Amino acid sequence: MVAAPRSTYSCVWGWVVSIDLLALVGAMLTIATPLVWAGIGEVVVERTGILNLGIEGTMYLGAFIGFLAALRTGSPWLGLLAAVVSGVVAGLAMALLTVTLGLNQHVSGLGLTLFLIAVCEFTFRLLYAGERPTLEQKFHTLLPGVAVLNQHWLTYVAFLVLAPAAWWVLRSTGMGYRLHAVGENFEAADVAGISVAATRYVALMVGSALMTVGGAFLTLAVLGSYTLDIINGRGWVCIALVIFAQWRVWPTVFGALIFAVTDALQLQLAITTAFGSIPRELMLALPYLAVITALAVWGRKVRYPGSYLRAYRRG
Amino acid sequence: MRLVLRGRQPRWVAPVAVLAAVLATVVLTAIPIRLAGANPPAAFHRYLVTPLSTTAGWYEVMLTATPLLFTGIAVAIAFRAGYWNIGAEGQFLFGAVATTGVALALPGLAAPLAVPLGFLAGAVGGLVWATLPAWLKKRADIDEVVTTLLLNPVALLLVQGLLNGPWRNSSSGFTDSDRFGHGYDLPALIPGTRVHWGLGVAVVVIAIAGILLTRTATGIRIRAAGQAPRAAALSGIPVNRLRWRCALVSGAVAGLGGASQVMGVQHQLTQGISNSYGYTGVIVATLGGLSALGVFLVAVLLGDLSVGAQNVSLVLQVPTQLGAVFSALLMLMVLSAMSLRRYRVQWSRPRGRRTPASGGGS
Repeated sequence: MVAAPRSTYSCVWGWVVSIDLLALVGAMLTIATPLVWAGIGEVVVERTGILNLGIEGTMYLGAFIGFLAALRTGSPWLGLLAAVVSGVVAGLAMALLTVTLGLNQHVSGLGLTLFLIAVCEFTFRLLYAGERPTLEQKFHTLLPGVAVLNQHWLTYVAFLVLAPAAWWVLRSTGMGYRLHAVGENFEAADVAGISVAATRYVALMVGSALMTVGGAFLTLAVLGSYTLDIINGRGWVCIALVIFAQWRVWPTVFGALIFAVTDALQLQLAITTAFGSIPRELMLALPYLAVITALAVWGRKVRYPGSYLRAYRRG
Repeated sequence: MRLVLRGRQPRWVAPVAVLAAVLATVVLTAIPIRLAGANPPAAFHRYLVTPLSTTAGWYEVMLTATPLLFTGIAVAIAFRAGYWNIGAEGQFLFGAVATTGVALALPGLAAPLAVPLGFLAGAVGGLVWATLPAWLKKRADIDEVVTTLLLNPVALLLVQGLLNGPWRNSSSGFTDSDRFGHGYDLPALIPGTRVHWGLGVAVVVIAIAGILLTRTATGIRIRAAGQAPRAAALSGIPVNRLRWRCALVSGAVAGLGGASQVMGVQHQLTQGISNSYGYTGVIVATLGGLSALGVFLVAVLLGDLSVGAQNVSLVLQVPTQLGAVFSALLMLMVLSAMSLRRYRVQWSRPRGRRTPASGGGS
């Protein structure tokens, strides 16, 4: 790592020089990883016209179940597997509520989030009241000592496998077409012989599994422990990113990187005195404000999926 | 065996559905209680009955229910008009911030001035926080679910930023604001208890909302705008204007809740001033069927549950979060049951005619 020359100049150039660029990029990739996993999961779900506000709770679930399984078995791999299974179950629950029962999506999603957060907190308190358990074995970074590239394998997979694969699947495969058809016009999709319910079930199960991986990344790779506010609004950030990206994969990844760089920059700038005066909270609020501003500026041009927020009833 | 849409709904269906949902929730939450090593019937007795068995317990329940009364009716007003305000949390928080701003700027004010001013500031704060999403909805038809939701974390960050910066406690250095002047302390509604005038304000707001929504022409129009916006627009009801107004009123009511909590309970701004009251308000409004009486009853029920959860965690060592598990699960169950009640079980399939399916699994 390049040692950062510490600058005490209060001028702009002073703090530009003082930023350790390599450390910044490295931190940015790590911070963006859970957002990429969960954000792409949300893209998959929203492509079928379902707004999954259960994302925040699902990420908590992944972080918690992954941690619990890894702690009990001693293997982060089994932890990740357990997290993915829990994600499929959470997706199934959301599908049951919004597809089969046709309930209001915001209320179901919010209810699922509140339920899952409470369940995780309850179980954690029950099992480890007053303790702070940590994993003996967590995922290690791949290339210790190498700047930027010293990342977790889940980070590499997120950027080099998941994002291209999701892009390709959504764009060029039959599955992608089906998701899109259901999301844009489910009556037409049904007439064309695509099962609306099955497509939405699959999308919710796969998407929620990706969200739990995003959550589990925090406990299994970054922290090695579980805290009661571990997700801390990252799910809402993903909701924002996906709309900002207009339901496309690469802009979601790009948005995650932008969010991550402001956060990483904040960590760096907190070191330099010149920038200490900008409150961290303002920087953290930027992604939300950016999305609202973007929505306000683009206005009517934001094209939501045609069957957004609607339950399908045949006949 | 198939599920078939009912032709008509017998009267017994809805109560039976709700009862089934409550039973299912009780059975499902008995599992974690059992796992925690407690006896479920004894625990449920403590959750639901013990807090209401003493007068002091009732006071505590009413105190706990007060913020939920505000956020519940706030959400219900907006939902009634078909405006999906998920932002009561942010509006509650910004109401508390506005009240704090006034209280810190004018610390010496006497109670007759300070209390109304504090409430006014809270209402204006909540209204201001609700304005942007409502305006975007009205002007450009931008989905309010996302904008109201995303302003919640922004409000929380604002509170944290203020408490880390300009409003940090001047004597202790903790991230709480200074204590307000005593003029801002809401007087006790019932002398000798912690139940404060916030409860009185909440009940008045709920009563007004209830009368307005059910007994006036405006209320009928609001319901029409919420339930059948196209038909309402065709019959000359200004749907968008009604939604805009309901959105602002909803924000103001949530902001009043913030003012009530900060003046009545904490007497200072703290990071945990809203214990997810805004989000729980969605549960309260939904379970209460978006009616004033329903909101009141559900808020008291959740208050009861929350006081009971404290008791259970002390006596039976079941973590307090079971209360939150129960309320979220209850909402999902009741909603599911109310959806399922439209169907009846048909044991054999009629020949030759396709039946409308329930949507089915994968």
